[in-house]
Amino acid sequence: MKKKIISMLLVACMGLSLVACGGGSNTPASNDGGTTEEGNEGAQASDEGGSDENASNEGSDEGGSSGDVITVGFSQVGAESDWRTANSESMKSTFSEANGYKLIFDDAQQKQENQLTAIRNFINQEVDYIVLAPTTETGWDTVLQEAKDAGIPVIIVDRMVDVSDDTLYNCYVGGNFKLEGQKACEWLKAYADAKGITELNIAHIQGNIGASAQIGRTEGLEEAAEKYGWNIVAQQSGEFTQAKGQEVMESMLKSNDNINVVYCENDNEAFGAIDAIKAAGKTVGPDGDILVMSFDTVKAGIEMTMAGDIICNTECNPLHGPRVEELIKQMEAGEEPEKIAYVDEGIFTYGDEVAKVTVDGQDYEVTKVTQEVIDGRMY
Amino acid sequence: MGKAKSKKISSSTFLLLTTIILFVVMYAAGMIIFNDKGFAKPQMFLNLFVSNAGLLVIGCGMTIVMITGGIDISVGSVTALVCMVCAFAMERMGMNAYMAVLVALAIGLAFGVVQGYLVAYLDIQPFIVTLAGMFFGRGMTAIVSTDMIAITNETFLKWAKFHINLPFGTHNQKGEYLPAYIYPSVVVAIIVVILVSIMLKYSKFGRKLYAIGGSQQSALMMGLNVKRTKFQAYVLAGFLSGLGGFLFCLNSCAGFVEQAKGLEMDAISSAVIGGTLLSGGVGTAVGTLFGVLIKGTISSLITTQGTLSSWWVRITLSALLCFFIVLQAVIAAVKKKGN
Repeated sequence: MKKKIISMLLVACMGLSLVACGGGSNTPASNDGGTTEEGNEGAQASDEGGSDENASNEGSDEGGSSGDVITVGFSQVGAESDWRTANSESMKSTFSEANGYKLIFDDAQQKQENQLTAIRNFINQEVDYIVLAPTTETGWDTVLQEAKDAGIPVIIVDRMVDVSDDTLYNCYVGGNFKLEGQKACEWLKAYADAKGITELNIAHIQGNIGASAQIGRTEGLEEAAEKYGWNIVAQQSGEFTQAKGQEVMESMLKSNDNINVVYCENDNEAFGAIDAIKAAGKTVGPDGDILVMSFDTVKAGIEMTMAGDIICNTECNPLHGPRVEELIKQMEAGEEPEKIAYVDEGIFTYGDEVAKVTVDGQDYEVTKVTQEVIDGRMY
Repeated sequence: MGKAKSKKISSSTFLLLTTIILFVVMYAAGMIIFNDKGFAKPQMFLNLFVSNAGLLVIGCGMTIVMITGGIDISVGSVTALVCMVCAFAMERMGMNAYMAVLVALAIGLAFGVVQGYLVAYLDIQPFIVTLAGMFFGRGMTAIVSTDMIAITNETFLKWAKFHINLPFGTHNQKGEYLPAYIYPSVVVAIIVVILVSIMLKYSKFGRKLYAIGGSQQSALMMGLNVKRTKFQAYVLAGFLSGLGGFLFCLNSCAGFVEQAKGLEMDAISSAVIGGTLLSGGVGTAVGTLFGVLIKGTISSLITTQGTLSSWWVRITLSALLCFFIVLQAVIAAVKKKGN
C-alpha cells in the first residue's frame, strides 16, 4: 500500500513537471485522438510549405543557382532572456519565406543533448545551412564532423565553440566585445573634452572574470586609460549581477571619494551601482557627481539612459539575423566568408555632445536616446 | 482493449504490444508525412539510437529497479558526475581513456552499492535514498570542477567519432552516396538491451526480481532472499548508469555541471511508456527500448516539422505518460476483478 502511494505521488510529480511546461495539453482519454491530431497538423503545415519545398527540390536539380528557397536549420539555446528572444526573432524575421528562406527553428531548452539531436535532424533533412547558437562551448566535435561529412556549412552565432579542429565550422557571428569597450572609451574621451573635464577617476566594475565579454570590455578600458592618462582607482568583479554590482560600488565609494566615472561591464551591474551611489548621497547623470557607463543596452538599460542615470550605454546586439544572411549569401555565391564576423553595435547616450567616435580609423555613430529610439528597437 | 484481454494475453505482453504498435504507427506516419524531409531515410531511424544510446542503457537499469517496485532518480546526476570525472581525469590529470571507462563504471557501481544497501538492508524508501544520491552526484560534479571541460583525448575522440558504416545508405540531393552509420556506443547499448532482456526472462535472478516486485510478502514466504536480490538490483542499475553515463559522455565529448539534467525523468518516462509498472512486478527491457524510441521519434517529428515549438515534445510525452498510466490502472483493476 505504502509503495502504491509513493508511486502515485511520483507520478503526480512527474506529470506536473511535464504538464507545467505545456498548459492545456490533451486529457488522457482523448490521447489517441491527440496524437493523430498532431499528425494532421503536421500534414497541413507541410502542405502549406509544400510548394516551396518542391521549388527547392527543383532548384537543386537544376544545379542550385541562387534565388531558390534556401533551407536554414537554426538550433537556439532557449528563451531564457529578453536578449535571447530578440536573437530568435531576428533570425525568424530574416529567414522568412518572403525573403526566400525556409527556417527550421529548434529551441533546445538549454540542453546540449537536444541541440545534438536537432543538428543530426537538420543533417538528415539536408538543410542548406546549419546555424548553431551553442548552449555550451564544448562537446561539438562529433556532430559538427557529421555535418562536415554531409557537406553542410555550419555558422556559429553568439558564443564560440571549443572544438579540436576549427574547420568543423565555416564561420562565427557575434559581438566584438573589445570594440564595444574601445567605442565606449572613445566616447568618454570625446565627452570629457566637450565638457572640459580634465581629471577622470574611474571605478571599474568588471563582469565574470574570464567571460569573453569581460575580457574584451576590460581590455578596451585599460588600453584607453593608459593612452589618455586616466586613473582607474578601483577594479573589482560585479559578476554581471545587480546585487554584486551594488555591493562592489558601495565599498569602492567608501575607500575612494574622488570617483567621477563608473565603468560597468553590463546593465545589471550599472543598476546596482546607481542604487549604491544614490544611497551614499551622491548624484548620477550629466550634472551629477558621477557618470555611469554601461554595456548591453537591454530594455531597462536604455530607459535609464534616456533618463540620464546611465550616461552612455554601448550595445551588445542580439540581432544576428542580417549578418548571418550576409554570410550565407557570400557562400551561395561561392565565396569564402570571413571566419569571424561581428554584428553592428550602436552606442546610446543621454545627450548629443558627441556625434560619432572613431576606433582604428572607423567611424561609429552615437545615438541620442529618445522615446522613438526605444520604440523602434525590437527588444 | 477488452477483447485483447479476453484472449488471455498477459497484461505485460499487452502493454508491450501497445507500445510497439504506437511506435510503429508514429514512425510510419512520420515517414509518410515527412518523406520529402528525409524522415524515411534509414539514418533518421539510426539517429534515434545514436542520440539516445546513453539513455537506453540507463533506462535498462531503471527498468530493473522499477520491476522490484523501486525507483532510481539519481541517474541524471550520476551521468553528469561520470562525464565530469572522465573529462577532468583525461584533460587535467592525463589519464588514458581505458582507465576513464573503468572510473566511470566504478562511480556507477559505488552509487549502486550505497543506494542498494540503504534501500535493501535499512529499508529506506528508494525515492528518498536516490534523491539524496541525486543531490550528492550533482554537488560532487560541481566540486570536481565548475568549468566546462572539453575532452580532447585522442583515444576517446577516436571512439566518439568512429563511424561503423552499414551496408546501405542514401544519396543526398547532390547525388553523393552517404552510407548509413552508427557509433560504437549504439552497439554497446543494443548489447545491453539484449543481455538485460535475457537476464530478466531466463535467469533465476530475473525471475526473483519480478517475484519481489509482484508481492514482496509472497516472495519472502517463498523463501527468496528479498534483501539481497534488491541490493543486487540497485548495484546492477548503478553499474548500468555508470556505463550509460560514459556513453552519454561519448556523445557530448564534454563535462559540465548542468549536464544530463532531467535525464532521470526521461529514463522513468521511457520505462513507463515501455510498459513498466511503477508499482513493480511488470516490465521489460525491450519495452523500455521502445519507450526511448518513442521519445526520440516525437522530438524528431517536431524538429522535422520545423514550425512547432519544441516544448510540444514535452506536452506530447506527458499525454502519452498519462495514457499509459491510465492503461496500467485499468489493467490492474481488471486483474483484481478477475481474481
